[in-house]
Amino acid sequence: MKVLVAVKRVVDYNVKVRVKADNSGVDLANVKMSMNPFCEIAVEEAVRLKEKGVASEIVVVAIGPTAAQEQLRTALALGADRAILVESGDELNSLAVAKLLKAVVEKEQPQLVILGKQAIDSDNNQTGQMLGALTGFAQGTFASKVEVAGDKVNVTREIDGGLQTVALNLPAIVTTDLRLNEPRYASLPNIMKAKKKPLEVVTPDALGVSTASTVKTLKVEAPAARSAGIKVKSVAELVEKLKNEAKVI
Amino acid sequence: MAILVVAEHTNAALAPATLNTVAAAQAIGGDIHVLVAGAACGAAAEAAGKIAGVSKVLVADNAAFAHQLPENVAPLIAELGAGYSHILAAATSNGKNILPRVAAQLDVDQISEIVAVESADTFKRPIYAGNAIATVQSSAAVKVITVRATGFDPVAAEGGSAAVEAVSAGADAGTSAFVGEELAKSDRPELTAAKIVVSGGRGMQNGDNFKHLYALADKLGAAVGASRAAVDAGFVPNDMQVGQTGKIVAPQLYIAVGISGAIQHLAGMKDSKVIVAINKDEEAPIFQVADYGLVADLFEAVPELEKLV
Repeated sequence: MKVLVAVKRVVDYNVKVRVKADNSGVDLANVKMSMNPFCEIAVEEAVRLKEKGVASEIVVVAIGPTAAQEQLRTALALGADRAILVESGDELNSLAVAKLLKAVVEKEQPQLVILGKQAIDSDNNQTGQMLGALTGFAQGTFASKVEVAGDKVNVTREIDGGLQTVALNLPAIVTTDLRLNEPRYASLPNIMKAKKKPLEVVTPDALGVSTASTVKTLKVEAPAARSAGIKVKSVAELVEKLKNEAKVI
Repeated sequence: MAILVVAEHTNAALAPATLNTVAAAQAIGGDIHVLVAGAACGAAAEAAGKIAGVSKVLVADNAAFAHQLPENVAPLIAELGAGYSHILAAATSNGKNILPRVAAQLDVDQISEIVAVESADTFKRPIYAGNAIATVQSSAAVKVITVRATGFDPVAAEGGSAAVEAVSAGADAGTSAFVGEELAKSDRPELTAAKIVVSGGRGMQNGDNFKHLYALADKLGAAVGASRAAVDAGFVPNDMQVGQTGKIVAPQLYIAVGISGAIQHLAGMKDSKVIVAINKDEEAPIFQVADYGLVADLFEAVPELEKLV
């Protein structure tokens, strides 16, 4: 079974981003970039499926600037077999990304597509579901467990209040949640080997996809700051304040 | 202009987040219709008809909608919603699962988790885990939007008398099936609806120590949450996670215990009315947003707090 994994290049998880003074966006100059954490979980899940003998080939795809090749090489070092970069310098909305992924799906014909549930920059949580609509595939979003059984995949999902399990016909789409797995680190020999694995670069035009958007960002601002309150000396003082000053208990 | 609000419900009852979503629809302005798609969902539809400000309720009662499988529900919403100016759903796990599929089917972008309405086509939403707020404008014919409940005060659940209309659309796409669910059973209030939330972080050290928080919560009638660090460490399940990638809460009182205050956690609770932080590290960033900070060993402070409240 062929597995397609989509990964996104984003600001590193540990970077505290700052809004630009002209409110046009956040400052990404000289900021460390990494693979989106939920995408790392997606790559790890695909690699585990291959180790179990369920997946035969892992193709990793990124949509982004030339530099996104770094994240593709990381995925190759973690165990993906080959990579595709759909090169686009523009910041694309989820629908455009989903349309590009659909074109890749049509070409590659994977049985399973694994994506992160959301990217930590735009926080949209849309792409996997949109790809589901465009391909007609069933979706198992926010997955905490994935089990391929015959021509179906059982996905346990993190929902409000607990867990839900659905059985999806293959081909299907899975988006990852935090508890699905703990991604491994790439070993140095694997990082070296990854440099020799195939990485193909295509353009949205070559895939015949328009990336026009109906949404534009007017401005980006820092959130309203919440001012610090006071330090209390004891639990008794805290209870007194909550009862008589804040009146919340 | 008419707005379609997709109801969040359990078939038997309407979920409170629906009321916040209707509030967002009111801020946009226009006729508000509510769609209740489910199976044997008459009670939820009846409740939707009583929401203040709703002019019509559409009920799609079909076995295929029993478990809100997106493969079945999204085509229904796309078909019914195509004639509306806006389609809104709560940014719950269910809303987030279904609505992007609707947007793609209608070939429009979706705007996720709005926290404010500027005008009928312009909205504010948090990005970068709440480190920035983007103002976005949509030129889509149908604006497909999920609504973060904490950004909008709920409308009254009673007082309306909307006409309830059955719609016969809908089918089972046949690509997915519901297998089962395990819902956490608890006598405590639901995290996103609770007036008081007590949350624990990595400072709790292990899952067993959360018993101190459960005891305090039970005394206060509170829900119990956790930081992502506590979930990542395996102390508690993910459905307790408060933060940008977990649940967004805004209770009257939020008590953060042993939580350092990572930005992604703050994004999930900073709209709480009163924030209390208990942490032994006086440099912890959580104190920068807390109304009342107590620098103390939580294993002494929490049991004492439980006794005194």
